[in-house]
Amino acid sequence: MDWTSILANVAGELFHPVTAAYVIAAIGLNVHFGLTGLLNMGQAGFMLIGAYGFAITTLAGNSALTGFLVGMAAAVLFALLLGMPTLRLRGDYLAIVTIAAAEIVRLIGRSTSMTWLTGGNAGIAGDGFKNAFHATCLLPEGDTTVLFWTYSNCYSNSWWLRIVAWVLVALLCLLVWRLMRSPWGRVLKGIREDEDAVRSLGKSVYSYKMQSLILGGCMGALGGIVFVLPQAVQADSMGRPTTFFVWTLLLLGGAATVFGPVLGSMLLWSSLMLIKSVMRDVIPATVLRTEQIESFSFVVVGVTLMMLIIFRPQGILGDKKELSINVR
Amino acid sequence: MSADATRSVFSDVERVPGARKPDPILVADGVHRAFGGMVAVDVDHLEVQRGKITALIGPNGAGKTTLFNLLTGFDKPDKGEWSFNGRSLAGLPAGKVAKAGMVRTFQLTKALSRMTVIENMRLGAPRQPGENLFTALVPPLWRPREAEITEQAESLLRRFKLDAKRDDFAGSLSGGQRKLLEMARALMNGPEMIMLDEPMAGVNPALTQSLLGHIQALRDDGMTVLFVEHDMHMVRHISDWVVVMAEGRIVAEGPPDDVMRDQAVIDAYLGAHHDTDLGDDALLSDEVAEQLEAEAAEEDAERAEEATRREDEEGRA
Amino acid sequence: MRSAVVHGVRPARARAALVTLMLALLLCAWWAPPATAAAAECVPDSETACISGRIRTAAGDPATGVRIVVEGQGFAGEATTDADGRWSVAVSEDGEYTVTLDTESLPPGETLRNPQDNPRTVTADVGASTAALFPLGSASSPSPGTSESPSDPGTTSPDPGVDVEPGAEDSSRPGAITFPRVAQQFTSGIIFGLLLALASVGLSLIYGTTGLSSFSHGEQVTLGALAAYVFAQLMDLPLLVAGILAVVVGALSGYAQDAGIWKPLRKRGMGPVQLMIITIGLSMALQYTFQFFFGGGRLRISIATPTSINVGGVIIAHQSLLSTAIAALALGGVAFFLQRTWTGRATRAVADNPALAAASGINVERIIRLVWIVGAGLAALGGVLIGLYFNVTSWNMGGTILLLMFAAVTLGGLGTAFGALVGSIVIGLVSEMSSLVIPSDLRYAGALVILILVLLVRPQGILGRAERIG
Repeated sequence: MDWTSILANVAGELFHPVTAAYVIAAIGLNVHFGLTGLLNMGQAGFMLIGAYGFAITTLAGNSALTGFLVGMAAAVLFALLLGMPTLRLRGDYLAIVTIAAAEIVRLIGRSTSMTWLTGGNAGIAGDGFKNAFHATCLLPEGDTTVLFWTYSNCYSNSWWLRIVAWVLVALLCLLVWRLMRSPWGRVLKGIREDEDAVRSLGKSVYSYKMQSLILGGCMGALGGIVFVLPQAVQADSMGRPTTFFVWTLLLLGGAATVFGPVLGSMLLWSSLMLIKSVMRDVIPATVLRTEQIESFSFVVVGVTLMMLIIFRPQGILGDKKELSINVR
Repeated sequence: MSADATRSVFSDVERVPGARKPDPILVADGVHRAFGGMVAVDVDHLEVQRGKITALIGPNGAGKTTLFNLLTGFDKPDKGEWSFNGRSLAGLPAGKVAKAGMVRTFQLTKALSRMTVIENMRLGAPRQPGENLFTALVPPLWRPREAEITEQAESLLRRFKLDAKRDDFAGSLSGGQRKLLEMARALMNGPEMIMLDEPMAGVNPALTQSLLGHIQALRDDGMTVLFVEHDMHMVRHISDWVVVMAEGRIVAEGPPDDVMRDQAVIDAYLGAHHDTDLGDDALLSDEVAEQLEAEAAEEDAERAEEATRREDEEGRA
Repeated sequence: MRSAVVHGVRPARARAALVTLMLALLLCAWWAPPATAAAAECVPDSETACISGRIRTAAGDPATGVRIVVEGQGFAGEATTDADGRWSVAVSEDGEYTVTLDTESLPPGETLRNPQDNPRTVTADVGASTAALFPLGSASSPSPGTSESPSDPGTTSPDPGVDVEPGAEDSSRPGAITFPRVAQQFTSGIIFGLLLALASVGLSLIYGTTGLSSFSHGEQVTLGALAAYVFAQLMDLPLLVAGILAVVVGALSGYAQDAGIWKPLRKRGMGPVQLMIITIGLSMALQYTFQFFFGGGRLRISIATPTSINVGGVIIAHQSLLSTAIAALALGGVAFFLQRTWTGRATRAVADNPALAAASGINVERIIRLVWIVGAGLAALGGVLIGLYFNVTSWNMGGTILLLMFAAVTLGGLGTAFGALVGSIVIGLVSEMSSLVIPSDLRYAGALVILILVLLVRPQGILGRAERIG
């Protein structure tokens, strides 16, 4: 077994941009669920909308910054559309509505009738949408090798993207930390506990829930943009399984904590890479095909989610006393 | 205000349902709420006197909590109008009602268990700029107000003898302490009227006395109190005025003693008693009727004794 | 989630705004210019490998509009052949990929010369291009079923698939609204609705009796279909026997779940939200276990060539008629059970109010166990019949219709079996008949919009009861 190669792959996953993308999406979900108790089961919908917004904008010739802003604006709109009617419903109804809404976004995005805008089920063609981001690169062109890892400096799955993505993660963690310890965060915690109590204290619960939905949704959109920059914009790659991965890694790291999403994402993706790499090396292809190893890794994720809820709902970093499995 | 002064405020008020009060802080008209075919609340007119303790009593299912929910914006009526300090509150959501100065507590305490006592209190305060998403990001903008709020919270906690529990999770408090916390938290808002939904429920008897004392102190500070209760002794002990509801309607109003003697009230309570035995013919027997009469007579005797005793006291005073 | 309780004031204007926006979104998809199959030309470079190919019909002409799916290394992508019959997919990592040709996107009359080579595995190298070839042979069997299939291989999430109507030029755009089409879609709607009802009844009763929104119920459907496939195709048993065995497998799985997972957790007092998240994890685990054993491709429970009859202009396959009859019989049996037997009435009581039912002496745990067994068994039956009706099944078949099931159950009234039936018929009709006016690959989106609208307007559903707050 080629341990060097395996460990290099695993460690590479730790700071891969897609790992960062999941962290960002999970931080958004943390604002929704960890802080406010909103059961958002459609985070992938926010990610997809952000990705489409960014890609379509940059393909039209705009700068990366404009792309980011449009992606987030689209997420704000989606949050408003979603929140206006549903934030007044009981929590578990919100779960079904958000799943349905995210699915609708995916179905529309991949519909052949939308090929003119979103590329239909093939997704947005080519790497053109990455050019605007490529143009922001502060590193010189070419490839760089650091220890075991060689990536392009600026193009697609690049060092520059890694830097930007993880700086973004750090900024968002700081933001969440600041908000959690502020009076605004206190109101949300109260809402998570008991909406009626907070209402009886003169706060507009609906308004706070909407703010939370919008903020977390914008983060989801950012996550979606970071997700597609090293890959492609494809509706099916941000569907229900994506939402459920985000949930799993959030619960793994610990909901309602600042670093839970970071730890959860890094741990989940590197563990999966470890499992897959070891299996690929050890098990001959005649016994298990590559696709089967992929499937197996997803089974692991599903089982992990179940085990977490049953045995350690507060995750790794969470506080059992402040257990946030409580639905609004 | 002494018992005398209270009686004089109410001396000209008729002892009928929907009576007009000299200085009402809350006036409700034609409030109606039905669930399916069942009428929960059907109040023609209700006025609550400013600065006094009014008790809302009645058998289970009379609609007291539903009326509370309607007046405070936690439920929508089928029709009805009510105003607080002359300002119409009908149709306003719960948050706005609280902001207008009318706060409430809940039958099943809503102390935010996974937050500390002091955080519960801080949450109750109004006008904290840090509760705005953007201002929250700049601590210097809200720290001063936070300090004020904390001071106010601590003084209230001292008053309610909860200061030692300041940093404990609200979930670790006893039932009675949680009631006190909910009351204290509601006071952070600086309301004019506080509506307590069964404040004695689930509180151990030792704490009842102190709770009563707190409620009276609130009234003495000028706050209007409206509370729902089942415990007649407590009602008699501290309330200045009593409103009796049964089957969604107000059936009687008056000072506690008068109301206890009112036939309509007795019917409402005993009537409910009888309703549950309707199917059992055996209970229509003479023995049972005698027993019930005896119970009623006992209570009359008690009340007469109490009245005589009070007269004696006043005679001495 | 027991009571559909709504706080505060409902903004009618906001609702209207939402409805308008959603309709606008759907309409915009309808008015969009015709879908030209844009083949993304893949160019290999330091970051990209290409997998590509060219497809020609048996006569040698370019086959356009054929859909190819590429999956592997955590990536999923698709392409459609252009006017030259060419397609290409860009991937960013070395390794093996599964390439699947969507046979339903083939031009009418075309089939693969070597169907056993679909899907095929290729190895991609960054900086190079790899070809995957799918030669087409002579025309053979007629088009299956009367409606579109619910499943799709190769993508990591479920997908409704493409319209199979022979002769349709641009397969996803709605055609003219003619009476024969309306009648055809109406029939499909009723049939699909009945089959959906088989799956949904269990979901609704499980919610009613235990308060659990089971997101893994879709997998119960898949289990039935895959079990039937195993028995019929891999073990060569007669179809009827395979079907019955599949239902038994489903029922047993329901028993096992309640005994092994749900009852112990109920005893622990675990809340409904946590349980719901567990069903999500279970759903993932089951779905990918199915994919592990059965692969990402499409499977057929029965490979017999379907024969159809024509009833007043509406074409129905014999198999579909049989499926409908069986479904109706099964649903009738359930209705009889719930209405006329003591246990059935007890079940309805528990589904309506478990605490009250327990207080009146009903053994709630036994009823719940029964509900799981029957619910899972019905779902398995639904899976078998749906697999036969659409003539295809796959690892994520249940996942595709899960949201439709939720829509049906919510629409009809959570917790009531009859609600599930009514809701399913409505959802079936909506999704089939909506393809008359919106692009057919959006028809499930239409059903989902209905779900959201129902929750706004009448959260308790058609047959549910709004409950009192205080």
